[in-house]
Amino acid sequence: MRKESSRMDLQDLYQQTLLDHGKRPRNFGPLPEATHRAEGYNPMCGDEVRLALLVEGDVVREARFEGCGCAISQASASMMTQAVKGQTVVHARELFDRFHAVVVRGEDEASDDDLGPLDCLTGVRQYPNRIKCATLAWHALKDALEGERA
Amino acid sequence: MSKLRSQIDVRLEFPALAQEVSGRPLAYLDSAASTQKPNAVLAAMERFYREDNANVHRGVHTLSQRATDAFEAARRTVARFVNAQSEREVVFTKGCTEAINLVAASWGGANLGPGDRVLVSHMEHHADIVPWQLIAQRTGATVEPFPITDSGEVDLASLEAMLAAGRVKLVGVKHVCNALGTVNPVAEIARLAHAHGALVLADGAQALAHVPVDVQALGVDFYAMSAHKVYGPMGVGALYGRAELLEAMPPYQGGGDMIRTVSFEGTTFNDPPNRFEPGTPNVAGAIGFGAALDWVRAVGLGAIAAHESALTAYSSSRLAEVPGLRVVGTAPERIGVFSFVMDAAHPHDVGTVLDRHGVAVRTGHHCCMPLMRRLGVPATTRISLAAYSNEADVDAAVEALHGVRALFT
Repeated sequence: MRKESSRMDLQDLYQQTLLDHGKRPRNFGPLPEATHRAEGYNPMCGDEVRLALLVEGDVVREARFEGCGCAISQASASMMTQAVKGQTVVHARELFDRFHAVVVRGEDEASDDDLGPLDCLTGVRQYPNRIKCATLAWHALKDALEGERA
Repeated sequence: MSKLRSQIDVRLEFPALAQEVSGRPLAYLDSAASTQKPNAVLAAMERFYREDNANVHRGVHTLSQRATDAFEAARRTVARFVNAQSEREVVFTKGCTEAINLVAASWGGANLGPGDRVLVSHMEHHADIVPWQLIAQRTGATVEPFPITDSGEVDLASLEAMLAAGRVKLVGVKHVCNALGTVNPVAEIARLAHAHGALVLADGAQALAHVPVDVQALGVDFYAMSAHKVYGPMGVGALYGRAELLEAMPPYQGGGDMIRTVSFEGTTFNDPPNRFEPGTPNVAGAIGFGAALDWVRAVGLGAIAAHESALTAYSSSRLAEVPGLRVVGTAPERIGVFSFVMDAAHPHDVGTVLDRHGVAVRTGHHCCMPLMRRLGVPATTRISLAAYSNEADVDAAVEALHGVRALFT
């Protein structure tokens, strides 16, 4: 019984979608023509994400990342790049705010549906010492969009 | 094992071990980060606060005298445990890190100058590197790493060549490596360093609980200790320093108890060790530290080491059963520390899965970022054993590691 409950908890965190993105990250690789770049580094654990964006007008045309780290940090980066690709800069910023509100502040008003496929990342809320793994790439997104054009 | 109190009895002396985590019996395999504390230590500290609490070296009243007596008795216990010539060679600190900072700031500030070199091994903990970098910035000295081998041992030939190049003032090395478990040949390193006119500071954080420490036999000039790695409380430790070195060193911090006379025209300083202990010390912590060393002595360091050695061999063979698991650091002279990487998952994911199985391990770079880079791994998962560890703990870890593979592959 206890064994089952602990396994269920783990499956809340490591959902299939997350594991898949962790193993086979999408949009992984260099983006030489990037207009915006930012790096995320967690000195506690060494997780690393280097994000590159190609912004044309007010649209994020391309988003790619490189780096290494745990399944959560890499899956989060992979899913983030998918989520912002083709979106306006304003929408990408809104997405950061919503993700931050749900995952870090644990706010309920932003219902899980709002996050769509990113929903599977919200399992980290039950693991306070893993939240930074999930938010690493998102802070890189915020920094990249706020930074000067490369 | 023969002289060690039966394993069941030893475990019963550690109240924190008797609990469930994630619905499983706790398998505490993170003793290199901090050991659990036996009842004897907890009782000694509580007794001080309940019965003797008063400031030390100050009052003429009975409680102050009792507190002073207990504090100084703890100092003698530490001195005897590491075979210092005198308890005046033992300075109480917040822990190993402060002990090293004390030497770097006080001895380093007075003795290092432009062009002088401090050598630290490539496997050093950040606490053995950064204090020297800070004092090097102020004095113009340099801090250089001396190499280690792929198996995680210091490269003595390279060290000797670096010493022979001249101007080395001090060599810093961990007695036992927290990340790999390697027991370093400190006596040999001290002999080489002294032959080239350099002093030696050994960081004993991981050593005291596992291997005999005799500062005179090792030939070290300074030896840093942390109580919480040897069954004692957090926030207290000690520096051993050879008497003539401590006597020549300027104060590290100013305050009460470290002075002889104070006036606005000038202040004269107390003798060691009080010169380096400004302010009200962590008296209960020092008493707990002494009680912890007494506990180790009563159980028997030899018996503990024999038990840990058998369990290390058991762990080694059990970990070898897990496919895709590679142990990093394979020095023959080692204690019960296993740093490993897995093909299936990153150390952080391993740590989270193990926690959900009730198994406590450390994951990350273990405050040894240069070592991790040297070994070509971003981070590792670390299992570390202590006197209370048993085969069931290791079995729980191995079962959980199979669970990691099932989840991630």
